[in-house]
Amino acid sequence: MAIEVHNVTKRFGVFTALDDVSVTVEDGALMALLGPSGSGKSTLLRIIAGLETPDTGNVAIAERDVTSAPARTRGVGFVFQHYAPFKHMTVYDNVAFGLTVRRTPKAEVSERVSELLGLVRLDGLAKRHPSQLSGGQLQRMALARALAPEPKVLLLDEPFGALDVQVRGELREWLRRLHEQIHVTTIFVTHDQEEAMDVAGQIVVMNGGRIEQAGSPRELYEHPSNEFVMSFIGPVNRLGDALLRPHDIQIKAHPDIAPGTVEALVRRVVHLGFEVRVELTLPDGRDVWAQVTRETAQELELAEGQILAARLPAPRVFA
Amino acid sequence: MVVSLRRLGPRTVALSYLLALLGAPVAMIFYRTFEHGLAPVWDAVTQPNAMHAFWLSVELVAIVVPLNTVFGIGIALLIERGRFRGRALLGLVLDLPFAISPVVVGLALVLVYGRTGWFGDWLTAHGIQVIFSIPGMVLATAFVSLPFVARETVPVLHELGTDAEQAASTLGASAWQTFRKVTLPAIRWGVVYGVVLTTARALGEFGAVSIVSGRLEGKTQTLPLYVQDRFENFDATGAYAAAVVLALLAFATLLTMNLLAKRTHRNTAV
Repeated sequence: MAIEVHNVTKRFGVFTALDDVSVTVEDGALMALLGPSGSGKSTLLRIIAGLETPDTGNVAIAERDVTSAPARTRGVGFVFQHYAPFKHMTVYDNVAFGLTVRRTPKAEVSERVSELLGLVRLDGLAKRHPSQLSGGQLQRMALARALAPEPKVLLLDEPFGALDVQVRGELREWLRRLHEQIHVTTIFVTHDQEEAMDVAGQIVVMNGGRIEQAGSPRELYEHPSNEFVMSFIGPVNRLGDALLRPHDIQIKAHPDIAPGTVEALVRRVVHLGFEVRVELTLPDGRDVWAQVTRETAQELELAEGQILAARLPAPRVFA
Repeated sequence: MVVSLRRLGPRTVALSYLLALLGAPVAMIFYRTFEHGLAPVWDAVTQPNAMHAFWLSVELVAIVVPLNTVFGIGIALLIERGRFRGRALLGLVLDLPFAISPVVVGLALVLVYGRTGWFGDWLTAHGIQVIFSIPGMVLATAFVSLPFVARETVPVLHELGTDAEQAASTLGASAWQTFRKVTLPAIRWGVVYGVVLTTARALGEFGAVSIVSGRLEGKTQTLPLYVQDRFENFDATGAYAAAVVLALLAFATLLTMNLLAKRTHRNTAV
């Protein structure tokens, strides 16, 4: 196991950031810690890195107990949310930092840095200063810097949080490919479920300092173990205590009322490109929305005020 | 016209204030000094007592400024990065030298280190003379100029945050490597400004040094004390000439730091 966290609890004053949390991460995994802000995901990441010390519990990296080891001996690469560049150093010196503090011979440093700058596609920018880089470039520099000393694990705190939407998409794709290339065990923190599903092979969903569920994106989506996970991963309709996915609601033209379907009044139709969001009112006055494809929307000639037949899936109720 | 007058108003007031407070007196000193040409001025500043006072002041600065720079940075780190109770208290204590009159500082030092003071017997027994000699003057000067480096560095450290330092530690840097390669370069302008202020204060200190030094001519007389001494002895030329030297030293300090700042800014290409 690359990382093992056992029964870690961390309090800041009266606030419990982590409440008896245990996680294991397999060698070479790409894992997301997913949760709303204040759920403890960043604290957990910082405890693994050694930037915070747990009140109780322990942490092992590559089978070595590092609970009381200082950050610099843990062999972790950490990418900070705002990249934490060394502003007075060039890109080259930033990336070389982890090697120069270990007194690596200059020729070796130079070779490794240019290799990494190539990997993160920053070749040619070695002599720039961080203030001359864009957000995406800073992000990649921070990644190259973290990878330079060949860490056993790579930890990224909200790696795409500070970037604009388009750059974020590109970097996600790129991070996934990079991970395929170098296979270093990676954990990243995010509050964006789509990002987690897109990039990670394993997702740990956190809430209120506890782990709600861990599993593959598909497992979490198809078999959420509780209401929080279901509503956090993917859109939901709430009918009293029951939850149902919008894309599980089937709609058909009226008066094709078959057993198991109900009448539904179209309140609003929102075109979001390929997918169309149809807001419906059910006979008992409750509102739900259905997600359908553009084709379905065209076939049904969806319009406000139209009456449709809707087939609701068996709703999920969590105790 | 109305617009320009309105704009002129505050600017005129500010400039007049500056002129009345700073410009006119300094200009007057220079004028009175060189009123009769260079020769009498040269004679006055090359007097053995004047030379001695000059070098003594330089010596005090050379000892006190490095000391207070090191301790100032250390205290700033304790206040901003330390994790202990009483950090707020430390900040308060740090401001004491600003709050206490230098004369009181001088008297306090005499009470502690003087021959009849707390450590008096021990010091005499070991043949160490603090009061009326250089060690006492160093103590007095260090005390009054203590807060500058720390006070200038604390806000810069705060602004810097801990991310870069933590990044350095995850990259394998020791505490010292992190300080030298990451923290210090980032706070250097705060430190430099603190050093300028410390130097200026140490050069100009009068009250505390006046008491602990005993003002022994040619022995424990610093440049400000020498100016006072000449003035009291109706030697206007000597007083003005020494005052001009003191002013020039201060200008030189400011100028050096300014030049340093410019050069480094060009190198880092911000």
